[in-house]
Amino acid sequence: MSWIFIPFKIIGSYTHRFIRELGKMTCFIISSLFWMLFPPYLLQRIIKQINFVGVKTTPVIVLTGSFTGMVLALQTYYALVKFGAEASLGPVVALSLIRELGPVISALMVTGCAGSALTAEIGIMRITEQIDALDAMALNPYKYLIVPNILAGILSLPLLNAIFVVLGVFGGYAISVGLMDLSSGTYFQGIRDFIKTQDILEGLYKSLSFGFLITWISCYKGYYTRYGAEGVSKATIQSVVLSSVLILIWDYFMTSIMIL
Amino acid sequence: MIKVVDLFKSFKGHEVLSGVNLTIAGGDSTALIGGSGQGKSILLKHIIGLLRPDKGAVLIDNQDISKLRRRPLKQLKERFGIVFQGGALFDSLTVFDNVAFPLREKTRLKEPVIRNKVLDELSRVGLSGAEKKYPSEISGGMKKRVALARCLIMNPEIVLFDEPTAGLDPLIGKAIHRMIWECQKSCKFTAIIVTHEIPAIFSIVDSIAMLYNGKIIFTGTPEEIKASQDPVVHQFIHGELEGPISLK
Repeated sequence: MSWIFIPFKIIGSYTHRFIRELGKMTCFIISSLFWMLFPPYLLQRIIKQINFVGVKTTPVIVLTGSFTGMVLALQTYYALVKFGAEASLGPVVALSLIRELGPVISALMVTGCAGSALTAEIGIMRITEQIDALDAMALNPYKYLIVPNILAGILSLPLLNAIFVVLGVFGGYAISVGLMDLSSGTYFQGIRDFIKTQDILEGLYKSLSFGFLITWISCYKGYYTRYGAEGVSKATIQSVVLSSVLILIWDYFMTSIMIL
Repeated sequence: MIKVVDLFKSFKGHEVLSGVNLTIAGGDSTALIGGSGQGKSILLKHIIGLLRPDKGAVLIDNQDISKLRRRPLKQLKERFGIVFQGGALFDSLTVFDNVAFPLREKTRLKEPVIRNKVLDELSRVGLSGAEKKYPSEISGGMKKRVALARCLIMNPEIVLFDEPTAGLDPLIGKAIHRMIWECQKSCKFTAIIVTHEIPAIFSIVDSIAMLYNGKIIFTGTPEEIKASQDPVVHQFIHGELEGPISLK
């Protein structure tokens, strides 16, 4: 009769593994936040990581931001024109970018560019015993590796999001005014009338939390990499997939909380 | 003095160390020998506090390293140096920056002083002129010497070597052994060398310990191990295929 229990065994084993992983991730982030509070604050490393996470992702953000705004304007124009509401094109584009697309797409881009690189870098450090070397030198690996990356993520994401949104709005403007003959005043006046500080804050909160989430997962997956080059590749894939999925799930919860 | 008392460690149900007992006197150099996968590196990582035992203790001057709190553990670790098997050099830093790293992070020395110390240390290990190279641009032997320089620059009291000559040709291996011997005699640190270089290692150490099946089965001087009648020890140091050690 033992075959009856096989599905339960499998479910139990997966649940056990999931809970253990969740506990490990929680311990990891608690340790990182704990070490964030104590000096030395390693400002140089934080700046270096802002360059790595933020500055190096900027070209991708510039491209994706502009084209997202452009395609959004193009699609929305054809929908609005059916209702004779094409004057609302500016606010629709801007609101979508500020509240939703900006934070989410910029976070996904950072996951693909910097998040994956972070996991691979820390993973290689783990398998080549560089992290053990730090530990053996009585230097705290959390403080030297993890904390600067988490701070860099939290600081970079809102700035990248701002670049994404501004370029998206101007991309939309180029299509609306250049291609669809909408007047420049109508486009920007609508944005001025409809966008509230609350909308901008919502985007800001989202991008802050995404920055935290991406660097947490990327560093965690890298830190616990095992089994050589294959382990690094596996950790990198897991980090990108998990970060991307969690960004979308967390985005839903944040939106539903803030919309109430 | 380093004392390992009844140390047990398992990974995923597989027992690697099953009651290791070992005493190493301060200032001595000891070679830790044994077959591949017998847990020599694991034992080394317990001694420096990178791993915690399932049972047993590692006593460094009568302080149990696995029971120390954060600050005393940090202070104790500062007395150690370790040369990892692959060197564990930071691959994003140059040779110079790798050697300077502990000084920059752990001392308040001015940059010119650090520069002089690093250049001295590099010259001691025969690497003058390689300061600007990255770890990926230097050979395996050079990496080990950079790792040795990085380790010795903080004047540690205890230095652990994890297969310092693995993967090197016999000449470079011999040169590294001589370098370790010279540094150990001049700096008077306690050295533990995990190695497979038998009998070459016998000429540079004071004592030998052999790990087999998770236990230390022999401790003694190089002369004593050469004269040992223990069939396991005899088979291992003479590299005989026939004997109690089965080849897996």
